[in-house]
Amino acid sequence: MLGIARRKVGLGVFSATILEQALQRALTAGSVLPKKYSTTAKEQMTVREALNTALDEEMSADPKVFLMGEEVGEYQGAYKISKGLLEKYGPDRVLDTPITEAGFAGIGVGAAYYGLRPVVEFMTFNFSMQAIDHLINSAAKSNYMSAGQISVPIVFRGPNGAAAGVGAQHSQCFAAWYAHVPGLKVLTPYSAEDARGLLKAAIRDPDPVVFLENELLYGESFPVSAEVFDSSFCLPIGKAKIEREGKHVTITAYSKMVGYALQAAEILSKEGISAEVINLRSIRPLDRDAINASVRKTNRLVTVEEGFPQHGVGAEICMSVIEESFEYLDAPVERIAGADVPMPYAANLERMAVPQVDDIVRAAKRACYRSVPMAAAA
Amino acid sequence: MAAAAAARRLPAASLRQHRPLLLRPFASSSGDQQPITVETSVPFTGHKIEPPSRSVETTPSELLTFFRDMSLMRRMEIAADSLYKSKLIRGFCHLYDGQEAVAVGLEASITKKDAIITAYRDHCIYLARGGNLVEAFAELMGRRAGCSKGKGGSMHFYKKESGFFGGHGIVGAQVPLGCGLAFAQKYIKEGTVTFALYGDGAANQGQLFEALNISALWDLPAILICENNHYGMGTAEWRAAKSPAYYKRGDYVPGLKVDGMDVLAVKQACKFAKEYALKNGPLILEMDTYRYHGHSMSDPGSTYRTRDEISGVRQERDPIERVRKLILSNDIASANELKNIEKEVRKEVDDAIAQAKESPMPDPSDLFTNVYVKGFGVEAFGADRKEVKAVLP
Repeated sequence: MLGIARRKVGLGVFSATILEQALQRALTAGSVLPKKYSTTAKEQMTVREALNTALDEEMSADPKVFLMGEEVGEYQGAYKISKGLLEKYGPDRVLDTPITEAGFAGIGVGAAYYGLRPVVEFMTFNFSMQAIDHLINSAAKSNYMSAGQISVPIVFRGPNGAAAGVGAQHSQCFAAWYAHVPGLKVLTPYSAEDARGLLKAAIRDPDPVVFLENELLYGESFPVSAEVFDSSFCLPIGKAKIEREGKHVTITAYSKMVGYALQAAEILSKEGISAEVINLRSIRPLDRDAINASVRKTNRLVTVEEGFPQHGVGAEICMSVIEESFEYLDAPVERIAGADVPMPYAANLERMAVPQVDDIVRAAKRACYRSVPMAAAA
Repeated sequence: MAAAAAARRLPAASLRQHRPLLLRPFASSSGDQQPITVETSVPFTGHKIEPPSRSVETTPSELLTFFRDMSLMRRMEIAADSLYKSKLIRGFCHLYDGQEAVAVGLEASITKKDAIITAYRDHCIYLARGGNLVEAFAELMGRRAGCSKGKGGSMHFYKKESGFFGGHGIVGAQVPLGCGLAFAQKYIKEGTVTFALYGDGAANQGQLFEALNISALWDLPAILICENNHYGMGTAEWRAAKSPAYYKRGDYVPGLKVDGMDVLAVKQACKFAKEYALKNGPLILEMDTYRYHGHSMSDPGSTYRTRDEISGVRQERDPIERVRKLILSNDIASANELKNIEKEVRKEVDDAIAQAKESPMPDPSDLFTNVYVKGFGVEAFGADRKEVKAVLP
């Protein structure tokens, strides 16, 4: 019980309620809880609150920022991310659109051409495929084709990747697709601090940003330092965060998988393997320096992602390490990714289609030559 | 040089800094401003709207300006044809000759604060918006002096400061973008409008209807102009559209059908459209026009059309000839004076080409410029990243 209470808040598997219950039990067991693990609301923030306050503050600071998407206004947001914004800023700045992604994404980009700063919400990034031409050909490439005349200060945001039980058409991770394209920036927040700082950075950024959130993280609560609450708080784009320092193996992850990687690191530490967990935060630009510096220290790498494996983010990270730090590798790079199948519905199959903590632990052990060796071919 | 010849007719005050190739109406004598009323070739046809009158007010100087501007555009496109055939222009080259009246009539009805966006047949719209002839040819030839510094090519001309937002290669994409420009104009409360141009081929695109729906719901000052030249690449309109009455396709959005070969009709319709859109939201204008060239330089344009049809339009409906007849019948200028204008224009184009040819190709370092506005010092790589890489500022 105490072990659970001591762990950092906000791991993917435990919902806030379970953690609260655990803490309650620990508290009633007789003040065994160290003082620093306070649960006062001021120091905790959910990802949802982080995104909502970031939007609010950026809209307040710059009248050119506006929000557009399905159900963002009167419904308060499909996932309540934009709660209260319509009431505060009015229907001229918080716009409910019809279910026409190609149309409203194009309108958003056109508004950005003219100098406004649109935030376009896709209810999930699966629906962004309806509009993908505007993200790529109208937004990403315009500054280049016009030699700097037409810049596109737009943010496309929304949940990305697998949720729970939503099936094949609603579960794809688009990080690799969008990060493929020069001219786009692709951000993948994990914690509340990430969500707040990166969304603010994205809205202030003069280039098109694809902001990939995660539905299952919206309700997750994270501890945040006081500076995160400041309205000028911002995180740099293109910089990863070392979530946990380690010596023996580097684990890279983004979004929800960061939580899983942290859990894996905890399990590995009990077996004497010290894993360094890197929260990528930014898929494009990718923080190659941070990744390579870490691998040069640990000499082993496991890449973790939720999306399909072929041509994925892990493939790019592996190649980057081979190009820049080959001599430092003591083992082949390991890659953990979603299964190479459309997302099934049945719970057991779904569990197999998405990386689990065990998968990360196993891969890390393989990288450390601690797993059962494979039988040599006859 | 052409500038000297133009200066003779033009008072110094109206020569702007960058010597626009399309000159504002001459103002040398009061006779030039004497209003003339001309009837459009055919009356306008309205869809859910009362069409404007077919009597158009113009002046001698405006007609002369129209003549000159359209002749310049015509010359530019024909010169581009030669440059393409001599391989100085590569890739795609979609020519506008025959459609000049739309570009010129539209420009005459609006200001540079209004916005225009179009597809890839954009050279003449660029010019009409105050674009520079040398920069146009340099861009076509992929040179440093090009309006997009050689990075865009034929389909990606822009002139943001005078409200021209490109130049787009994806058929139909420019329509939602144009509605977005109109959204911004309304948001900023500028009292300006956006004209989004598209062809009969693009008229069937779903995103057009999505954008039109939103524009109508939100009362955006967006005017959609269908430049119906009757062929979407090689496909005649009746083979692509169940209903080729494009001015009616807006359904709940009113529309107007206009003779796109009559520059005065175009001007009247666009003026009407701007007033309408500022008060009521979107409107569709269908310009009945024609392109003499094929879809692009790779298309002879005669496998799906008869040569008789093409020469028929040239004889009966050519926009420049129409204005020439108006000028002559109203005694505004003599046939010789008009021939001289054409000679001047020809020389202007030739000089511009010569100047453009002198511009070098972009510096190799330009491969990596303008990928981002803010590159954060990130590295970008060439084909062999160990050989070629750059830091994005």
